[in-house]
Formats: sequence, structure tokens, C-alpha cells
Amino acid sequence: MCDQTFLAITFGPCDKCSENKPLMNIYLKNEPINYCSLCVEMMACQGLAKGETVQSLKAESESLKAKLEEERAKLHDVELHQVAEKMEALGQFVMKTRRTLKGHGNKVLCMDWCRDKRRIVSSSQDGKVIVWDAYTTNKEHAVTMPCTWVMACAYAPSGCAVACGGLDNKCSVYPLSLDKNENLASKKKSVAMHTNYLSSCSFTKSDMQILTSSGDGTCALWDVESGQLLQSFHGHSADVLSLDLAPSETGSTFVSGGCDKKANVWDMRSGQNVQSFETHDSDINSVKYYPSGDAFASGSDDATCRLYDLRADREVAIYSKDSIIFGASSVDFSLSGRLLFAGYNDYNINVWDVLKGTRVAILFGHENRVSTVRVSPDGTAFCSGSWDNTLRIWA
Amino acid sequence: MSGSSNIVAMKKVVQQLRFEANINRVKVSQAAAELQQFCIQNAVHDPLLTGVSSSTNPFRTQKVCSFL
Repeated sequence: MCDQTFLAITFGPCDKCSENKPLMNIYLKNEPINYCSLCVEMMACQGLAKGETVQSLKAESESLKAKLEEERAKLHDVELHQVAEKMEALGQFVMKTRRTLKGHGNKVLCMDWCRDKRRIVSSSQDGKVIVWDAYTTNKEHAVTMPCTWVMACAYAPSGCAVACGGLDNKCSVYPLSLDKNENLASKKKSVAMHTNYLSSCSFTKSDMQILTSSGDGTCALWDVESGQLLQSFHGHSADVLSLDLAPSETGSTFVSGGCDKKANVWDMRSGQNVQSFETHDSDINSVKYYPSGDAFASGSDDATCRLYDLRADREVAIYSKDSIIFGASSVDFSLSGRLLFAGYNDYNINVWDVLKGTRVAILFGHENRVSTVRVSPDGTAFCSGSWDNTLRIWA
Repeated sequence: MSGSSNIVAMKKVVQQLRFEANINRVKVSQAAAELQQFCIQNAVHDPLLTGVSSSTNPFRTQKVCSFL
């Protein structure tokens, strides 16, 4: 999913010396700064007053990385599956498609459940966003976006709005009403504005704020009403592909994963990157918090899913088999966190025992790669979206 | 031009690594035990894990009316 982003030279008044010059757009502690090249050089030389050079900074960076590895290894006294050795193994696991939602004209790229456990919003490469009644498979709303490849969609907590976006670089919010004749497109509100495609979006605890991730390498928090940027999160060195909010009880952090093979944990208020994990061998396509909020899972193009514990600050489990060679595109936990559902590019959904690290089921049915899996809010079913243009509900 | 950009970017990386190196950590055994404990406590509330009776499952297979 990487595409080239070219550096654009901008011209204008320097924030420091106020002269009109070519500007270098940089960030200092998440603050965007437009300095001319001379002011950037002078600022960098101030840093060098302590004897710092690129070489010394690089050396310190390497030693800090080594220290990090040493600290993490020191506390690695046992494996997760060893702790779970005495647990009773999961019994026979039977799951099948209960509903098939047909109607998209092209690849389904994203879906989300409503809090009412019944409605689903899905988005597609054909530019359509559809709201379904999952019990009856009826379509309740349909919106055609002005741009195709709608790669992100999310239901508002109140169930009265949906947000979506994709190659248009924007996140648009559509209020849903009970009036079937109402034109949803006329009520659209454009909230987020990134400089590259929108890869994921999620409402925070209310309908008032939305968190987005983008191919421009950043995540951002926006006020829905005013469209104002509340906080930006800089630290990924390539596209950000996925984000997930921590469960409500554990405070205001979220996790993001991207093409730089890193998963970052952020504090939403300060914009600080509080933790980073870089053990995957390829792009991280999906991240999902463990229901307790103390860990998260990631799915990657390296065909593995991994579990990272935030208090141990390290990877604690890896879910893979030699026979699984296709990338994992989406992951989600069951309510207790015992099961991990992962959709793969080989058209299958693998179900993993999180504690024992074993695969307990493999679900066949989709006829093209699975793009998204999401467990319903009450945990009675999960929905998968696929490039075969359909969504399936499994239980 | 690129030299000073490198310095600014490298300083940011070093600051981030300093922050991360000072995080408080717990042993994996303790973290794993707590993950397991959460699983055990919540297993009864997980319909996908324990199964749900067909009468209450909203996604149960729709029954064909035997009178038709």
C-alpha cells in the first residue's frame, strides 16, 4: 500500500526571521514549524553547542536501542503459552456463515458495527458506503462518495452518524436520519484533511471527536463540529494503515500500525508516542487492543499476528504456521480476549487461541482476500468484509 | 540543507528512544498471568467462546415454516 509522497517546496515568510524564503517544513515536539534553511541551520548549530554531531547522535541512538533490547530481554522470564499450559484446551469449535450481505459493486474495504449490535456500515472500492440491518440483510442507507477506494468507515457511538474516507484524503461525516427520502449527501460534513489517503478512522468516546490515520504517516484527532485539528501524532516514517482506541476504562491512548513495520502507542492528550514495537518483518495492516487494554494484537503482511503486552513492553506471543504464507489484513478479539480472529489474503479467516498460541479453527467461505474482520459489540458474532464484494456474518 | 535536517530528525529519534528506555516494565510472567486471568474471568461472557443457545442467537439460521 505504499505510494510515493514527494517533498513539496513551499515559499513564504519564515516563522523566525520573517523574510520571504524557501521554507523547510519540520516538526518540533509535534508543533509544525516553517523555518527557512538558514534558521534551521542556526537552530541545529545551537544543538551542536553540546558537541553533538550526526555521528554522536547516531551512536547514542544505537546505544539506546541496545539498552532497550537489554531491558526487554531481562524481564522475559517466561512465554505466554507456558503460563497457559495448565489451562483447559478449547473444545470443538464450530462456526459458520449466518448472513451474507450482498450489494457492493466492488471490493469491500472496511466495515464497522453500530453500538446497537444490529447495524453495520461498510465501504467499498466502488465509492459506496452502505448501512445494513445485519439481522435481515436489508440495506438501510447508501451513500455514493465523490471518490472511489473508501478505505475507512466507522459508526458513531450514538448510532446517528457514520464517518468514512479514503483516497479523497478526507474524513466525511454523514448524519443518519429515519427519513428514508432524505438525501444523506447533502448533510455531509468534511472533518479531517490529510495530505494522503485516509486509512482508518474511529470516533472517540462521543460523536464529537474523531481519530484518523493516513498514508501521510500521521494520525490526527479532529473536532467533528468545527472540523478543527485538536492534536496530531507524528512518529511513523511511512504510511499508517490502522489504529485502535484503548478500551474506555484504561484511559486515553491508542495504538497505530503502518508500513514502517512499527506499532506505536500514543497518548491522545499530549501527542506523545509512549511505546514502540518493531518485531514484525513487514507492513502492519491491523492493530487491535486486547479487551483489558493491557495488550494489543497486530496483523501483518509477514503472515503473522503478534501480541504485545504494554506493561511488559514487549512481544509476548506470535501466531503463525509454516503453512500460512499470506499476509494478515485484519485482526479482532472475542469479548474475553481468548480468541483472535484474523482475516488473510488467502481468502481464509484463522481463529487463534490467544493464550496457547494455537490455531483452533479455519473458516472458509470468502472467494477473495479478506479485508476486514470485526466482532459485534455484544460478542455474539463477527463480520468479515472481502474483496469478493460481500460481507459475511459468522456465529 | 540535508545535513541539518538529519540532525533535527536524529535528535527527535534520540529523544524518543530516551523516553522509551525509561518506561517502567513488569516481568512477562506477571503480564501473562494477568492476561490469562482476564480471559478466565470473562470467558462466561463471551458468546463466541462458549457458544450461544439457538433461541437467543440473533443470527441463528432462519427456520423454514413447516406449513408451507
